[in-house]
Amino acid sequence: MSATTVLPAEVYAPGLFERLRSWWGDVWVMTRRNLIHISREPMQLSDVTIQPVLFTLLFIYVFGSAMVLAGGGSYKAFALAGLLVMNLTTSSVGTAIGLSTDLATGVINRLRTLPMSPTSILVGRTISDLLAAALCSTIVAATGLAVGWRPTTGLAEVLAGFGVALLFSFALSWMNACLGMAVSGAESAQGIVFIVIFPLAFVSNVFVPTQGMPSWLATIANWNPVSAVASACRVLFGNPNPSGTIQAWPMQHPVAAAVIWSLALLAVAVPLAGRLYVRRTRD
Amino acid sequence: MAVAAIRVEGLTKRFGDVAALDGIDFEVPAGSVFGLLGPNGAGKTTAVRVLATILRPDGGRAEVMGYDVVRQATAVRFQIGLAGQSAAVDANLTGAENLRLIGSLAQMRRSEIAPRAKELLARFDLTHAADRPVRTYSGGMRRRLDVAAALVARPPVLFLDEPTTGLDIQSRTELWAVIRELVAEGATVLLTTQYLEEADRLADRIAVVDHGRIVANDTSTALKAQLAGTVIEIGMETEERAGRAHELLVRAVADHPQHDGVMVRLTSNEGPSALIETLRLLDANSLTPATLTVREPSLDDAFLALTGRRAEGGDGETGGDPSDDGEAGEAAAEPPVESRSARRAA
Repeated sequence: MSATTVLPAEVYAPGLFERLRSWWGDVWVMTRRNLIHISREPMQLSDVTIQPVLFTLLFIYVFGSAMVLAGGGSYKAFALAGLLVMNLTTSSVGTAIGLSTDLATGVINRLRTLPMSPTSILVGRTISDLLAAALCSTIVAATGLAVGWRPTTGLAEVLAGFGVALLFSFALSWMNACLGMAVSGAESAQGIVFIVIFPLAFVSNVFVPTQGMPSWLATIANWNPVSAVASACRVLFGNPNPSGTIQAWPMQHPVAAAVIWSLALLAVAVPLAGRLYVRRTRD
Repeated sequence: MAVAAIRVEGLTKRFGDVAALDGIDFEVPAGSVFGLLGPNGAGKTTAVRVLATILRPDGGRAEVMGYDVVRQATAVRFQIGLAGQSAAVDANLTGAENLRLIGSLAQMRRSEIAPRAKELLARFDLTHAADRPVRTYSGGMRRRLDVAAALVARPPVLFLDEPTTGLDIQSRTELWAVIRELVAEGATVLLTTQYLEEADRLADRIAVVDHGRIVANDTSTALKAQLAGTVIEIGMETEERAGRAHELLVRAVADHPQHDGVMVRLTSNEGPSALIETLRLLDANSLTPATLTVREPSLDDAFLALTGRRAEGGDGETGGDPSDDGEAGEAAAEPPVESRSARRAA
């Protein structure tokens, strides 16, 4: 992010705590503003409300009817974690669309004339999208429970599973923030992001075990962060995880891999988003 | 000599090959209204954006209330409010939510924000619409909210970037009244406009901007006085006849007659004799005018003379590449006003 402007002491010289508090205040104001937007246009939320229900039912009943899992277990039990990760992955596109829409109108310009923290525009956006992702996870879980999916571990593990999925979703949000700012408008944001997001979501173990894929594709799928997150959720939910027998490091240690992938993505995407934001708003 | 609220020295900004600001200088004394007048793409908006800290200049200096807009941007942001085509209100929030959002982000004390929003909504006659999303507002209501948004934190310096472009006459007159009130309360206002009447009515001083340069900087009275003389406007029945009349007059009468459609216009320091000469010449060539206007020069004429459009024979306000300002995306979001009709209406 841009270096903070150095000010003469008599103007504005708050301490670190005061600065953090005012930063968080700005972030929360922006988060709330985005949530109000969502409440005014509930259809914006369809990708985290209606789509998860539809996908869950479609995949479990349409694909599930023809699936026999190698290693045993029901497709339903296998698919839910995959559906959770898939829905979170595709709905992360919302960050790109929301941000590029904001940048296309003059709203951001007015905000930039205010003595607010510029980073709060990006952080507020990714936090409101994280809240939307939490809603999406709840809906997937509720749909799953309704059709007979059951976790077999304890509450702590189940919550950890959702935590890992949401951490990944947060990281994807930042990646989408970068994509949204790298392209010119909301429409192209949608287009380009799907070119990235769909292969990411589907070349994975989300819907089918990777063992049946051609070996080169299986290698990609096994190292795909989405596979690690789906496997991590399966392990933490106590659901069937056929990938557990694969000799790739992320499939052997899915929880660690999912967390490392997410943190690595954040480490790259957060500073990059800051830089793209500065570039995008400079002239 | 009053303290300068805004000081600009040798400011430059390029967008690709285009010099949006080609070295401009001006000062605005505290408590006064300064008008930047010029056609689309002259560089007015670029100047405002640099002063409002949302655009970095390439060269030169700009200060607002003594703070440098680049090095002390945050300090400047505590001093300014921006309204008009460069800024926007959030269409999905209500009027009240918009003002409270800005109050919070302007770091106002929490207890002051809601009362201030309420007060401004009342002042701009928006109380009845306070809890409706802005996307349901009319154009005039949206503009009033936009100006209100610039005032939330009571900044001493206001930038109004073409605040009335695209508004109907009534909404425009209402906004003018508000701007006058703000000035009466001691605000310093930098106003950009394409409307001469607007600059004439509101601004203490006017800088005429063209192709990124200031071509004149004076009071409106002085600008009009620079163009002493009489304006003669002759309307012909057809463009072809107007063309012939123009040719005749170019040869016979001095003062660079200008030809635009069916109109021929000339300005002369010897009005009466020029008029007699003109009519005699036209009559001798069977070119009887369809309409004839003789008047004192307006600021409009001064503007045309200063920006040199007269010599090019073009229309003063439609000239200029819209991409000149480099911010075409947002400028284009506002439907451009057909400038000639606007000028007539004004």
